[in-house]
Amino acid sequence: MITSGIEEKTFILNLGPQHPSTHGVLRVLLEMDGEYIAAAEPVIGYGHRAHEHMAENRNYHQFLPNMGRVDYLHALAYNHGYCMAVEKLIGVVVPERAEYIRVITNELNRITSHLLWFGAYLMDLGAFTPFLYCFDDREHILDLLDRITGSRLTYCFFRFGGVPVDLDDDFIFGCRAFIKRLRSRWVDYHNLVTKNVIFIHRAKGVGVFTKEQCLLYGITGPSLRGSGIAYDIRKSEPYSAYPLFNFDIPTGENGDIFDRYIVRLEEMEQSCRIIEQALDKLPNGPIMAEKVPKRIKPAAGEVYQAVETARGSFGTYIVSQGDIKPYRIKLRVPSFANLSLMVESFKDNLVADVVAILGSIDVVIPEIDR
Amino acid sequence: MDMLASTLGTEGARMIVGLIGVIALVSVNALFLIWMERKVSAHMQLRPGPMEVGWHGAIQTIADALKLMGKELITPEEVDRPVYYLAPVVVFLPVLLTFLVIPFSQKMIIKDMNVGIVLILAFSTLSVLAILMAGWSSNNKYSVFGAIRSVAQNIAYEIPLLVTVMSIILMVGSFKLTDIVAAQGRYWFILVQPLAFILYIICATAETNRTPFDLPEAESELVAGFHTEYSGMRFALFFLAEYTNMFIVSAVATVLFLGGWHGPILPGFIWFLIKVYALIFLIMWFRWTFPRVRFDQLVTFAWKILIPLSFANLLITALFLKLF
Repeated sequence: MITSGIEEKTFILNLGPQHPSTHGVLRVLLEMDGEYIAAAEPVIGYGHRAHEHMAENRNYHQFLPNMGRVDYLHALAYNHGYCMAVEKLIGVVVPERAEYIRVITNELNRITSHLLWFGAYLMDLGAFTPFLYCFDDREHILDLLDRITGSRLTYCFFRFGGVPVDLDDDFIFGCRAFIKRLRSRWVDYHNLVTKNVIFIHRAKGVGVFTKEQCLLYGITGPSLRGSGIAYDIRKSEPYSAYPLFNFDIPTGENGDIFDRYIVRLEEMEQSCRIIEQALDKLPNGPIMAEKVPKRIKPAAGEVYQAVETARGSFGTYIVSQGDIKPYRIKLRVPSFANLSLMVESFKDNLVADVVAILGSIDVVIPEIDR
Repeated sequence: MDMLASTLGTEGARMIVGLIGVIALVSVNALFLIWMERKVSAHMQLRPGPMEVGWHGAIQTIADALKLMGKELITPEEVDRPVYYLAPVVVFLPVLLTFLVIPFSQKMIIKDMNVGIVLILAFSTLSVLAILMAGWSSNNKYSVFGAIRSVAQNIAYEIPLLVTVMSIILMVGSFKLTDIVAAQGRYWFILVQPLAFILYIICATAETNRTPFDLPEAESELVAGFHTEYSGMRFALFFLAEYTNMFIVSAVATVLFLGGWHGPILPGFIWFLIKVYALIFLIMWFRWTFPRVRFDQLVTFAWKILIPLSFANLLITALFLKLF
C-alpha cells in the first residue's frame, strides 16, 4: 500500500487516468526512486459501467449488446462466450454453418485486436508510423465485418442458436484477399520492427513473467504463452468448430516483452490459417437453430463457459433461478488477472519500462472495470 | 543599405540587415519545416497530411501559428514565475545568435568570427539550461523528469559531439567556418571522415531532442516532458526553437562534412540550403521510423560506444596528419 513518500527520499508519481499511454483510464500510482519504480499500485474503476449488475436487471436478450462493450477490441469473443453459455443453459444446438461463421468472424476480430495492439504498442515505445500501417490493414477487416454484422467495433452479431446473417461470396472473396494482403505485410513489419535494434533492446529481457508467477496470478492469453506455457482455451477446452481446424499455439521462452510480441504476431498468422480452413470447408445449411424460444426462461441452474479472447481466457458464469432475468452473471476477464502481475513486475524498472510493460499486456480498461 | 552604411558604418549595417534576415529566415524556416515534417510523416504513414489550407496545406502552419497566438497563456498556480516566464526566451535567444556565424555562401555570413564553431557549440548547449529552467519551474513531476533527462543526456552526447568536431578542426587547422568550407574545395570531408559524420548525426539527433533520442519530451512516457505546463505562444517558442535547432545542426553538418556552399552551376547559398534540407529530411526520416531508446540505454550507448569511437577517430586523424 502506498501512503506517502516524503520520509523515504522517494516520491509518488501519478500515472493516469489521463496519460497518453495508459490506454484509456487506468491509473497507476508509482512510488519512484529517481526514475526507478520502488512500488506500484493500480487504481481501477474509472471506466466502471456495472455490466454485471446490468445483467441482473435485464432479460437474456437485452444483455447481449453489453457484451460488445466489455472488451471493445475483441467484441465477438465476448458475444461468443455469452451466447454459448446461454445456449448451454437452454439446451440449444447451433447448426454447423453458424459455428463456422462464428469462428471466421471471431478470428478476424482477433486479428483486428492484435493489429491494433501492435500499432499502439509501438506508439508506446515512441514509433508512431507502424500504428497507421496497422490501422490500414485493420480497416479491411472492419469493412468486411461491417458488411455482415452492421457495426465496426462494438459488434452484437451472434444470437442464441446461431447467427442472423449469412456470409456471401463477396465476404469470402474479401477474406481471402485480406489474408493474402496481410501475409505480404509481414515482411515489412519484421524488417522494420522485429529486427530493429532499438526495439530489441527495449523489449528483450524487460518485464519478464516467470512460469510460476503466471500460474500464481492466473495469467492467460498471449502473456501466458509468451512465458512458455501452451495454454489456449481453443485447444484445452475445445468449443464451437475449433476442434475441426489445424492450428498451433505459438509460445515464447523467456516471458519477456519480446516473446509476448512474437506470440501475438504468430497468433495472427494462426488465425489466418483457421480462417482459410474454415472458408475451404464451409458447409451448407441453416445458420440459425430451430426452436429457439423467443422468450428465454431457462430452468434454475448454473453454467460456465470459457472462450479464448485476444487477451486470454474469458469465462461467463450464469446463475439462473428460472426467471426471465439471470440471477447473477459473473464475467471472468483476462485483463484483470494480467494487470495484477504486471504491477508486480514494475518494480525496479524505469518509467519507460512501465509504459513498455503496460503496453505489452494489452489491457483493455473497460474489461477490467466491467 | 547605403543609407544605413553611412550612418552606422559597414559593420553596423551588415549587423542590422543580417539580424532582419535571420529573423525572417528563422520564422520562414520554422513554418516550412513544420509543414515539411507533417508532409514527410504523412507520406511515410500512407496518408496525405494537411491538404485544405493552401496548396497541399502549405499555409496550414500559418493558420496554426495564428491560433497559438490567440490562445490564453496559462500559468499554473505554483510555478516559479520568473524562471517559468524566462525559459521560453532563454531557449530561443541562443538559437538566434548561432545564425551570426553560419556561412550560407562565401559572402553571405553576418560575422565571420575566428571562433565560429566554438560559438555555435557553446550556444547550442545553452538550450539545455532553458529546458532545465522550464522543467524545474513548472512544478510538475513529469516536467522535472524531462529536465533531468535532458541534462543527463546532454553530458552524454556533448562530449562525443565536441570530439568529433575536433577531428575536422585538426584537419583544417582553424575554427573559422569559412576556412572549413574553403578547405573542402576538392573533396567533401564526409569522404575522408565517414565515421565522424555518422557520430555527428547521432549526436545531433540527440542534441535536437528528436526520436530516437527525444527523451526529454517523450510523449508516451512523460506526456510532453519539460513543456507540459506551457501553452500558447510560450509553447510555440519551444517548438520554434526545436525546429530552428534542427536547421542549425544540419547547417553545421553541411559546413563540416558536406562542403558547405560548394557545388556546380547553382549559386552557393542554394547548394547550402539543399544540403541542409536533405539532412533535415534524414533526421525526420529517423523520427518516423525508429522507436525511442530508453534513458539508461542512451547514456550507456553514449559513454561506452560513442565516446570511445569519437576519441579513436580523433587519434587516427591526428596520426594521419602527423604521418602524411
